[in-house]
Amino acid sequence: MILKNTIKSIFLSILTICSINSAFATEHKEKKEFNVNEMIMHHIKDAHEWHLWGSEHGGTSIFLPIILIDGGVHTFSSSNFYHGEMKTAIDHATKAEVEYLQGVGPAANYALYHEKIYKLNDGALSFEDGHVHGNVKPFDLSITKNVMSLFFGATILLLIMGSVARFYKKNGAVAPKGLAKFLEPIIILVRDDIAKENIGHLKYKKYVPYLLTIFFFIFFNNLLGMIPILPGGANLTGNLTITMFLAVCTLVVTVFSGNKNYWGHIFWMPGVPVPMKFFMMPIEIIGIFTKPFALMIRLFANMTAGHIIVLALISIIFINQSIAWGALSVPMALFISVLELLVAFLQAFLFAMLSALFIGAAVEEAHH
Amino acid sequence: MDLILPDFGLLIWTSIVFGLLLIVLVKFIWKPILSAVNTREQNIAESLELAVKTKAEMVAMQAQNENILKEARAERDAIVKDARETANKMIEDAKSNSKTEAEKIIVAAQQAIRTEKAAAMADIKSQIASLSIDIAEKIVKSELASDDKQKALASKLAEDINLN
Repeated sequence: MILKNTIKSIFLSILTICSINSAFATEHKEKKEFNVNEMIMHHIKDAHEWHLWGSEHGGTSIFLPIILIDGGVHTFSSSNFYHGEMKTAIDHATKAEVEYLQGVGPAANYALYHEKIYKLNDGALSFEDGHVHGNVKPFDLSITKNVMSLFFGATILLLIMGSVARFYKKNGAVAPKGLAKFLEPIIILVRDDIAKENIGHLKYKKYVPYLLTIFFFIFFNNLLGMIPILPGGANLTGNLTITMFLAVCTLVVTVFSGNKNYWGHIFWMPGVPVPMKFFMMPIEIIGIFTKPFALMIRLFANMTAGHIIVLALISIIFINQSIAWGALSVPMALFISVLELLVAFLQAFLFAMLSALFIGAAVEEAHH
Repeated sequence: MDLILPDFGLLIWTSIVFGLLLIVLVKFIWKPILSAVNTREQNIAESLELAVKTKAEMVAMQAQNENILKEARAERDAIVKDARETANKMIEDAKSNSKTEAEKIIVAAQQAIRTEKAAAMADIKSQIASLSIDIAEKIVKSELASDDKQKALASKLAEDINLN
């Protein structure tokens, strides 16, 4: 109950920081041509606003709080950027015109270019080869769209699993009902088919909570990413930072679980001639890192690809500027979305299973 | 390009949120769920085992019951047989006993009869003797009541002697 209230209060405080912008924002002077690449990239990348509907700048969106660490903590709403001044600068190398948003009010010293915040030098940004050049990037600890989505995912996970845990606490070891009945087979799947199968029945118990956590974290956030509107729509599990963090968690668990046999296989491979042992050592050391690296890339690429395909299919309508194309693109997008539901489960399962496999290899006893 | 570059702000938020999530889930959620599921599974396994055991016990008990029944039946048969034998023997015994007894009684009775008979004969003999004497006395008395008669008798006796 205390936990629930704390979560609720955190939630409310976050919501009060965010300010919702209604449609009376600045209208664009000219109608820009529809750029599929830009639209898709905008959707799969992180942002400082949660765009709800309407045009990209000027539609309705939730402005998320910006937290900058730049000689002290600066907090302000991202509306100071999105409602800021649109400036243009000339690229020093390509001589092309580049547009960026200069902040107003508390954000007056900063500018937003491609969702990155830069400090202004003499009131402007300078560009070279399409990149910002010479401007300092203050440490950006903002509650971005992905951070917000992370909060939503964690809250939903805690609420759902909390209700399951409450059921067992209240009723004891009885046959499950309701939510518990739905989630118990998945929990048992993780425990038996992922943990016990790959780690071995002697040592698996210690790792079940970790595997359950990463499985449900990925699964819930994958599903949340499939929802097109708040609280979904962010591409959290298709973000390399998130998948990197999860892969590093698995790497840390694996390395700290490694027993003598595991390290022996890495540094002094038994059963091969001595010259081969020297040859194998660097390969095995690289192997420690390539395994979680593959985990990171797999989840990132799968989830991002899913989002890109759905968005690209929907874009067909806007490229051709005819609603008739919806007859083609909507069923195709629906098909891919259904496929993505499967992928959401599959990728969570794979991540947990491969983590269990790596842990299993690290704790395996030598067999003769 | 920045799609494949890590964002350190997000990384920090992720580590905070995931760390807290991991602690809360492990401590307050996975623990009770897993322990309840384990307990239930154990209960089910134990119950199944108990059922199998009970079944085996039932079969064993049935066999035992059959054995006991068989034994009881055999015992009953033996008892009945025994009883019959005893009864027969008793009857036999009784029969033979009664025969000898009867014979004894008969013998005793015959003895008694004989003794009685002898006594009665002796008595009768003595009575007949005394009666004969009485009769002879009376006859003699009447024969010798008068002189005439004494004479007649004497003569007669004399005659008899003569004739001899």
